[in-house]
Amino acid sequence: MARFLMCPPTYYGVMYQINPWMAQGQPVDKDLASKQWQDLHDTLASIPGVQVELIEPQEGLPDMVFTANAGVVKGDLFIPSNFRHPERQGESEFFEKWFREHGYRVEVLPKGLFFEGAGDLLKIGDTWFGGYYFRSDPQALAVVSQLMEEAVLPLRLKDERFYHLDTCLCRLKDSALYYPGAFDDYSLRLLRNRFPDAVEVTEEEAVRFACNTVVIDDMFVLHRPSDRLSATLAERGIKCVPVDMSEFIKAGGSSKCLTLRLD
Amino acid sequence: MPSELVELKGHIIDSLSLPRVLDSILAQGGEFEILEMTVGKTRDDQSRALIRIQAPNDDKLNAVLAYIEQEGANRLEQQDAELVPAPKDGVFPEHFYCTTNLPTSVKVSGKWIPVDRVEMDCGIVIENGQARTTPMNDVRAGQMVVVGHDGIKVETPERRESVGTFEFMTSTVSSEKPKALMVAEVARQIRDTKKAGKKVLLVGGPAIVHAGAGEAVARMIRDGWIDVIFAGNALATHDIESALYGTALGVYIEEGKPAPHGHENHLRAINEIRRVGSIAEAVKQGVLTKGIMYEAVKAGVSYVLAGSIRDDGPLPDVITDVMEAQDAMRAQLSEVGMALMVATTLHSVATGNLLPASVEVVCVDINTAVVTKLADRGTHQAVGVVTDAALFMSELADELKEAGPWRAS
Repeated sequence: MARFLMCPPTYYGVMYQINPWMAQGQPVDKDLASKQWQDLHDTLASIPGVQVELIEPQEGLPDMVFTANAGVVKGDLFIPSNFRHPERQGESEFFEKWFREHGYRVEVLPKGLFFEGAGDLLKIGDTWFGGYYFRSDPQALAVVSQLMEEAVLPLRLKDERFYHLDTCLCRLKDSALYYPGAFDDYSLRLLRNRFPDAVEVTEEEAVRFACNTVVIDDMFVLHRPSDRLSATLAERGIKCVPVDMSEFIKAGGSSKCLTLRLD
Repeated sequence: MPSELVELKGHIIDSLSLPRVLDSILAQGGEFEILEMTVGKTRDDQSRALIRIQAPNDDKLNAVLAYIEQEGANRLEQQDAELVPAPKDGVFPEHFYCTTNLPTSVKVSGKWIPVDRVEMDCGIVIENGQARTTPMNDVRAGQMVVVGHDGIKVETPERRESVGTFEFMTSTVSSEKPKALMVAEVARQIRDTKKAGKKVLLVGGPAIVHAGAGEAVARMIRDGWIDVIFAGNALATHDIESALYGTALGVYIEEGKPAPHGHENHLRAINEIRRVGSIAEAVKQGVLTKGIMYEAVKAGVSYVLAGSIRDDGPLPDVITDVMEAQDAMRAQLSEVGMALMVATTLHSVATGNLLPASVEVVCVDINTAVVTKLADRGTHQAVGVVTDAALFMSELADELKEAGPWRAS
């Protein structure tokens, strides 16, 4: 059983520039984006045991489609994001409302501590990892760790193209898939110690958002993976379900960014 | 060296956050000291490190802080200092903050203000947005005085980079090191102090005269090496006695033989100066024509003669109210960069109490206890030379003479 929250791309577009992907200024094909989103939605919904919930999109909040950044969920606890960029700060009230209405306990972070939800916080095995520097503050991760009563190991991001942790790290069974160039030396040392059998992706794979993967047990739902990666993952017993996310990559997100795991 | 406290919290050990932060402090040109470290007991417990960060200057420090803040370290916001009115004249409120001899700042209304004048064992009075080091005796009822330890920042002394002068003396007290080398080093430091536009303070005891180094010290003053003199009734009296009668405490300095009725000589010397009114007047009238005090008057060197309970006379220039004498000494310290303390425990300790830690102190005494006493009372910067003071001063005067008299160049 896996539940996800998604937001239809009704108002999606690249309306501002808050990451290097957006800065390239590639126009979004709205119809194609809608189709790609629907494909992802249907792909997930068709997987046995997967349930997809929807939140109503809001005009003027184009990035609300990236529900992974709404906040982080643990059991019945929801910690909403404190977005770094004013462009996205308007999203919080709608996400908060949705979670309250759906029976979650909402704990807000102190103002001035930036934190961007599941975009920068993910669990591998029994350990949570938090990404910081471009979007989330390391201080916020310490507070989140207290609220969740979970250990959170901060990882220092250093490549602006991989501004969220979920753009450069994901779970691969009990190990990890990550792009080493996105982390500073200490964090890379930490990852290599923790996950000696991890799969490291190449830069080419990383910029195709190989790590921004929806993980459902042994299944990876991701933007068209390279042959090498598909083969490597197959060796590990992972089944790749390719989807086309080209219109969302223009804004700096792929399949994982478009979903928020609710359980 | 400016410093700031920061706190690093979370899973700082597993995640290598702590080594990352410590390494970046060093890489940015700062230094650190871990003051407290609490390590989480279970896997989910957070750890916490309290770190003091130092950097050579404020800009560097701010750069280091800004950098490590991004890595999760939080500056510990200090509260304002607590202020309580003094209950009576000359009485500090309970728990008053007791000063050190290091530069200090106080946080008042959210702003750090530097404390004017550095002196240990005083209180800090806040008035009109200014902070001032104030001796207990000088505080007035109702003045706002800092209590407790909140909102106080003390600058730890910079690690001496050019220890140059005294690096060969690893111990603060030395009787074993080659004297000639020490003489040369002290002479060099006097020259450096003068070159830096600072004043050299001589704190002297009467043994300088008894042991026959009066002439050497007089020469150092004449050549412009000494700018300020702190002493007691005895040094001035014996110096004047020797100028007038050739004896010190009744003994001919040259021959070491007692003069007939010589023990009266120092009293007659005091009486003579009292008759003319002051040491300066005695010089002016031609009564006093040589010696340390004569040269001091001639060279316009400031001197403070502080009285004590066993004084004969005393000389009219001696300040017999000790608190008044302390104030007179304080008034002379602003530009002093080096203090040379020779053969006096009482005046050395008194001066040490008034000096900021930034003033270099060289203490010459036959007795190691003087240096130990200075250090015990907080004058940690004192470097001791254990030797016969007269011999040392004679050699020092010769050493300085080689370079000719001091001229500001």
